[in-house]
Amino acid sequence: MTRPMRSAALRGLVVPVTLIATAEIAGRAAHLDSLTIALPSHIVVALAQALADGSLLQATAETLWAVLAGVALGTAFGLALGLALGLARPLDRLLAVLIELLRPIPTVALIPLVILVAGLGYLTEITIVAFGTMWPVFVISRSAILGVEPRLFEVADALGFSWPQRIQKFVLPSIAPRIFLAFRLAVGFALIIAVTVEITTNPLGLGNAMVVAQNALNPALTLAVLVWIGAIGWLFSRLLIIVERVAFPGMGSAVRS
Amino acid sequence: MIGYNKVSSVLARGAMRPVESPADRPSGGSRADPGADLLEFWRVDVELQGRPILSGIDLSIRKGEIVCVVGPSGSGKTTMLRTLSGFTPPTAGQVLFQGQEIRKPRRDIAIVFQDYGRALLPWRNAAKNVELAMEAANKPRAGRAAEIERLLTLMGLGGHADKYPAQMSGGMQQRLQIARCLAQTPSVILMDEPFGALDAMTRQTLQDEVLKLVAAMQTTVFFVTHDLEEAIYLADRVIALQPNPGRIARIFDVDLPSPRDQISTREHPAFLKLRRQLFDFVKGAEP
Repeated sequence: MTRPMRSAALRGLVVPVTLIATAEIAGRAAHLDSLTIALPSHIVVALAQALADGSLLQATAETLWAVLAGVALGTAFGLALGLALGLARPLDRLLAVLIELLRPIPTVALIPLVILVAGLGYLTEITIVAFGTMWPVFVISRSAILGVEPRLFEVADALGFSWPQRIQKFVLPSIAPRIFLAFRLAVGFALIIAVTVEITTNPLGLGNAMVVAQNALNPALTLAVLVWIGAIGWLFSRLLIIVERVAFPGMGSAVRS
Repeated sequence: MIGYNKVSSVLARGAMRPVESPADRPSGGSRADPGADLLEFWRVDVELQGRPILSGIDLSIRKGEIVCVVGPSGSGKTTMLRTLSGFTPPTAGQVLFQGQEIRKPRRDIAIVFQDYGRALLPWRNAAKNVELAMEAANKPRAGRAAEIERLLTLMGLGGHADKYPAQMSGGMQQRLQIARCLAQTPSVILMDEPFGALDAMTRQTLQDEVLKLVAAMQTTVFFVTHDLEEAIYLADRVIALQPNPGRIARIFDVDLPSPRDQISTREHPAFLKLRRQLFDFVKGAEP
């Protein structure tokens, strides 16, 4: 990290640190005893305890499993659909209306229906995460294919490549940076959807851990889980940006959002 | 790149050929004799979206010949090239390669696009871009590296095998595209205003490289250009098209000494005379 970057990062910390310190001081001065909010120091203690007794890690593993499985399925379906429709125009015209009808359905509105079919548990959560994440991947991969430089297809024709070779050597590398961008978005959505499903109904994971803490009138733990979820989201996004920089050096500028 | 001049001087370039015009060419006369001409247009018409683009094109191109096509925009220069590439099949008549009709692209006819930036694969470095042509031809992996090295060196990109197109200048990118075409080991190279986007110096250097390559490899070149002087400098014959619909107006034989030279060839009386004729012709053909 260069010096200006480091000082910028330090400057970015000024406001949050001041806010947290103010909250701590104000809370202590007022002898805070609340069922809705907690002192920052109590949140830290609750977080440490939840981590130490393994309950938070267990809940994290549950949420991550649902997120990753859901994203994997959603990306696979979205990509397959995007490739199929991007490459085969007649198929695109055939399915366009159906897809435009399905796509605007708010993902969380599927929760009651999916629970009716699949019951509570991983299957429900993974299904809903997959449904919610396949759309951004589908939309971006389809439009990425339509955006592939037409000249490259002429090059492929002139060299006499077969259809599978065209996809492998021209289409996929062309769209890879944008597919990765879609994947990054999908992971972000997946975490939101998974936690929503857990909070509303599914007795699993971090969302459920928050609800349990809330029902136990434990604001420190509720907020600790919230902080933890935020940290996981941040970690995911950092990790994927680093992977993107390594995987698509030089092409990142085109896709960095 | 030693040795090309020697080879090129062996070729009697364009000398002592009878001047032909479409009127006295027997249309399709050599069709029965595929050995004589490498490429042939036989009564070719092309319509695109119902609009006539080319009409009644008759032309034979010999092996090793460089044919340049000039004409005002809309006269069907690029369409003529695209019928040879197999991208645009003629509506009527036939386009033949060694007596066989060209219906779709074939690997022994390579095409150099003007927009090199779009025709190269940006995610592949120079060596990998050249290798693309070898992958298409299923050439054994073993010999590829040496051949890539040879082609890049031939095109003056010896030290740049690891560079990506985005890291190269326009001239280098066009050299790379030509290197990839050479990796197809083509008998014919089609060039669609290949140097139109390059600066004058780079353009002249690349013109000379093309002449050397053709002399060394006996490749036949069909070269579309806007630049009349470029056409005369490169060509054994210059085909002048006129528009609405595109047809061959005149064929100019170029009798200039070989090897050609950017200074002396361009000062040669025959060059200046042809230049005058072509300029007059193009001025006359414009509406």
